Amino acid sequence: MNRLAAAIDLNTPGNYLHWGVIQISLANLVVIVLMIVVFLLALFLPFPGRRRDK
Amino acid sequence: MTATPIEPTAESGGWTGALRRRLVRTLPPDKLLPDRQPSYVSSWIYVFGVLTIAALGWVLISGTWLALAGPVWWHTSAVGHFVNSMHLWGVELFFFFMVIHLWGKFFMAAWRGRRALTWITGAVAFLGSIGTAFTGYLVQTNFDSQWISTQAKDGLNSVGVGAWFNVLNTGQMLLWHVLLLPLVLGVLVVAHVLLVRRHGVVPPFGAESDEKVSGDDVD
Repeated sequence: MNRLAAAIDLNTPGNYLHWGVIQISLANLVVIVLMIVVFLLALFLPFPGRRRDK
Repeated sequence: MTATPIEPTAESGGWTGALRRRLVRTLPPDKLLPDRQPSYVSSWIYVFGVLTIAALGWVLISGTWLALAGPVWWHTSAVGHFVNSMHLWGVELFFFFMVIHLWGKFFMAAWRGRRALTWITGAVAFLGSIGTAFTGYLVQTNFDSQWISTQAKDGLNSVGVGAWFNVLNTGQMLLWHVLLLPLVLGVLVVAHVLLVRRHGVVPPFGAESDEKVSGDDVD
């Protein structure tokens, strides 16, 4: 939870994650994960008022 | 001797008439402002292009306000800080929506059906947006912009453009950020939208036959 708060609070020094040669800020990782989630939702959620006819 | 009047024909009208006929032929009014779209457009993934443009509009409005008030206004005014925050978060949303739009179009191979130029203008606009955002970091007039500019100058000097594109010159970067790059971006976005109108929205795989039935441009 603290890590999530740190990612959102932009008035503190950045929180960075490391996996070997990969280094990414937690804020950027949160944004990328959010984009993937929204992308998948856009693909699978039904569009309101969609008609099957042409 | 009397002058014989020239009968107007479909091809008369000088260069303005020729240009008008060319424009109407290229982009007829029903394609420029369509009131119907193919059924496959009823999907959330087709919404992200217009969301990107809406975010860009908000960035332009808040950015114009900031530019008119001056680059240091937001340091001393609560309203200025609010407008600056709207500008920042507008840019965040702009890139958020644009990347999802890019993913959707990439996996749809949106360059199909003679839409290569539509794809290219979108890709160049994406790269231009990154450049515009970078120059925005340089005109914050704070320690952040000072740090970023001193780091960026080495990279730009190493490729030999530092003399013309001097990131340590705040005035020059302000000009690039508020005028030159937005102008280029604006032209690219307008061209991109007009090309989408000209060739129609790209159909999903397997729906190309629907596109032909609906009469969209597949030339």
